[in-house]
Amino acid sequence: MNFDMGAYGIYIWPAYGISAVAILGAIVWTVAAWRRAKAKLAALEKK
Amino acid sequence: MNWLFRYANPHEFMRLSGAVLPYIAVATALCFAIGLYLGFSVPPDYQQGTTITLMFIHVPADVVAELIYGAIAVCSLLSLVWRHPLSDTAARAAAPFGALFTAVAIITGALWGKPMWGTYWVWDARLTSFLLLFFLYLGYMALWNAIEDETRAARACAILALVGLVDIPIIKFSVDWWSTLHQGESIMSGKIAPVYLAPLLIMMLGYNLLFFTLWMVRIRTAILERRARNLMQQAAS
Repeated sequence: MNFDMGAYGIYIWPAYGISAVAILGAIVWTVAAWRRAKAKLAALEKK
Repeated sequence: MNWLFRYANPHEFMRLSGAVLPYIAVATALCFAIGLYLGFSVPPDYQQGTTITLMFIHVPADVVAELIYGAIAVCSLLSLVWRHPLSDTAARAAAPFGALFTAVAIITGALWGKPMWGTYWVWDARLTSFLLLFFLYLGYMALWNAIEDETRAARACAILALVGLVDIPIIKFSVDWWSTLHQGESIMSGKIAPVYLAPLLIMMLGYNLLFFTLWMVRIRTAILERRARNLMQQAAS
């Protein structure tokens, strides 16, 4: 593997960074909403 | 269509999606690991130098952004014709991911455009029609939130999604119909060197599987939320 992007690194790394943030953000947001919904339903079913 | 309706039943959907989700999630992670490994092992392109590595994140984001719109359009058609509530849930659940990947494709494209074209943005047919896709997603999500009655919102959104579908072939063929700064199609026409094709295809598969995984979880979340709402209504009455 080669991570030396030369002079183009200033464009390549931000692009990879933004993509990573977007993807990880989407995963965290989706899983958090799922857990919230599950907890809420469980609490309601207990009543 | 019977098989489809069986899986469109929320109970069946929860059972089936719960069973396949772990496998799809692992396949997604594998695609990203292999795709990134291969992507960072390619030699620099003779024209584009090291910026070729941007292709492995820009093109998959672009492809999945359009695929998600197609998924919303199919669900919208199912909703309008058969009035199945799960198809509305599925269409609505996909939209935020569509908007997100469209934004990612635009930003990574801009960061590729600057070193290769000398500009982050140009109002050519490809970029403009793709920006329109971003606004279509925003408009679609806004319309869902604007109409309180869920059945009416679903109908209006389904119609908007199907009308907006005309943008997808325009994006696809924009590089053929008009003279664009954006390069033409290079995967199907075999213009791309094989050494770049493998990481690109694997990353494309990874992005699509990632969307599919997240989409399933969003639909499952929406089903649980509906059950909770029904319980609260029962308790109130």
